[in-house]
Amino acid sequence: MKVNCSVNVPRLSRVEGHGAIRIKIKDGRVEHASWEVVETPRFFEAILSGKRWENAPVIAGRICGICSISHTLASIRAVENAFSMTPTEQTRNLRLLLKHMETLQSHVLHLYFLAAPDFLGAGSVFPLIESAPEVVARAARLKLLANDLCDCVGGRRLHPTRTVVGGFTMLPDRKELSLFSKRLVAATADLMQTAELFTTFGIPDFARETEFVSLKGDGAYPFLGGSLISSDGVEKQEHEYAGMTNEFTVSRSTSKWARLSRESYAVGALARLNNNFGCLHPSAGEIASLFRLRPVCHNPYMNNIAQLVECVHVANESARIIDTLLDTRWDEPKQEVTPRAGRGVAAVEAPRGILYHCYEFDETGHIVKADCVIPTGQNHANIQLDLEYLAARYASEGMTDRDISLLAQMLVRSYDPCISCSVH
Amino acid sequence: MPNSGKTYLGVPVSRPRAAFFDFSSCEGCQLQILNNEATLLDFLSLVQVVNFREAMTEESDEYDIAFVEGSITRPDEVERLKAIRSRAKVLVALGSCACFGGVNQLKNRFRDLLWVNKTVYGDAAVETDFVRRLADVVAVDLMIYGCPVRKEEVEKVVTNVVIGKEISYPKYPVCMECKAGENICLFDLGEACLGPVTRAGCGAWCPGNRAGCWGCRGPADDANIEQMKRLMRERGIPEETILDRLECFGGFREVSETFRLEMTKGKP
Repeated sequence: MKVNCSVNVPRLSRVEGHGAIRIKIKDGRVEHASWEVVETPRFFEAILSGKRWENAPVIAGRICGICSISHTLASIRAVENAFSMTPTEQTRNLRLLLKHMETLQSHVLHLYFLAAPDFLGAGSVFPLIESAPEVVARAARLKLLANDLCDCVGGRRLHPTRTVVGGFTMLPDRKELSLFSKRLVAATADLMQTAELFTTFGIPDFARETEFVSLKGDGAYPFLGGSLISSDGVEKQEHEYAGMTNEFTVSRSTSKWARLSRESYAVGALARLNNNFGCLHPSAGEIASLFRLRPVCHNPYMNNIAQLVECVHVANESARIIDTLLDTRWDEPKQEVTPRAGRGVAAVEAPRGILYHCYEFDETGHIVKADCVIPTGQNHANIQLDLEYLAARYASEGMTDRDISLLAQMLVRSYDPCISCSVH
Repeated sequence: MPNSGKTYLGVPVSRPRAAFFDFSSCEGCQLQILNNEATLLDFLSLVQVVNFREAMTEESDEYDIAFVEGSITRPDEVERLKAIRSRAKVLVALGSCACFGGVNQLKNRFRDLLWVNKTVYGDAAVETDFVRRLADVVAVDLMIYGCPVRKEEVEKVVTNVVIGKEISYPKYPVCMECKAGENICLFDLGEACLGPVTRAGCGAWCPGNRAGCWGCRGPADDANIEQMKRLMRERGIPEETILDRLECFGGFREVSETFRLEMTKGKP
């Protein structure tokens, strides 16, 4: 049995934001295993205070560069819920399509650019441009499709321009939208090849039982609003989110942490899939079986595979949404907005997990109080406990420090953390 | 600059070593570089990326161009930025946070950081300072404006640095590009828009999508702010909306700080 281990990763790479991993085992005892978040806070909740409702999506969308569409849509939904507005079916479809393409873009970025290099023994995707050009070209094709469709619906792939409270500033060009049906069908082949590539990767055999929290699918795999569910059997309504997250501050982190029935819980693709497996598109279900992924899976490294399964789901669903949109006559892009005093909560499944925005308004539509609970913030405690467990287990198995370090980095990367977002 | 055998149109090119760094920000501007699917490979043949934590594990302290995203909000960031400055031949501020403080600087309007801290962290206050742009801390050679930056503009700036061409920015406002794009004027739709005073170069990204400009690229040369305010007032745009737009990204800081004082009589 290996009795000592020392791992120090001061700046974890290939993740969004700044985090550090430190593990110290002495004489067989874990002295220290920590996931430290050192990112600078930007104080978004304070920044939003006193601002009128129309500022909220513009400002809050800037919490994150990778999931700006999720933040923008969560912000809009929170405002609309506070003002008792119900979006039209057309708006709901367009928002879901935009949401799906963010999921595809973000998952492909993570799977190919951030996670895959570990499995291919590279430090980044850049050397693969020469050693495996077809892999990089495929990743670029999938990302481009998702980003182009985001441009078409949201006006811009990053910090969307057309998404506003009440709907959209303008609607996509019908002809342009129709061309995406073909590209989405063509993407199926690319996603199958992605799955084939991932079957060649050795996903570490590691599991630690935990609780999974996500939106609860009501017939459909959930993305925008609805009730909240945990794999330990807790169910709450969207407006009761604070009882689901129970945020608290910890000294080693500028991000708050969260817990529910246990010391920690996990959110993200694996949590969504564990809680809503039956709602997946049949083609996505097939990919899950290819990897023997079924609920409840407690291996955090399998979040990569859950993301892959979701890519197939959203590609298929997006083609269906486009068909529905093209089959209908389009209404006005946007509804009138009448501000009123009240509190509005939005729960949205961002690529990295469930995201909440909550705003309280006065009667003139100014924000009195804002609260944003970020997916990665909810994952920090779970990452911490995973790391402790991983360090103890692999050290006792006699693994070298170098290998433990790599597995620890891959573990954190599997969560696809969005660290600056979690601190916000 | 190292020459690694890459050619452009058959001519050997010097590939400067490029490093990417981020401070307080959403990291979206760096993501825009990776969002360059169609031209990413060409871009990578132009520069040698030696530091890009968001995308690669390898790192190096030897670089020619430093692209720096984000604003400065903590003493350790000041030290880190100074170290980057001392190593880089050219330091480029990437995006509104780096150029102006971005949305982050909106917290400065409260003037009371204790209140700001308490609002988010309760009694467990964390270290933070007023938000500063990069140029408040070190010398900045080039700016790439926007929230987010346009990838085409990043490529243009890099190409110009590589071939030694002077970088120039449009002096005219977004309104010019918007008119050239034959968009419906946002004023005609009853919307607020900073297009008449904001520096062009974005191709009227927001107005082209029927969303008014929020001034993320800062003021155009000779921006006539008073005339813009008059135009907005004539169209019934509330004073508060004009202020919201002017202060959102920090590019109009001098004007917006005075405007806020006038409007709120000092209240945040």
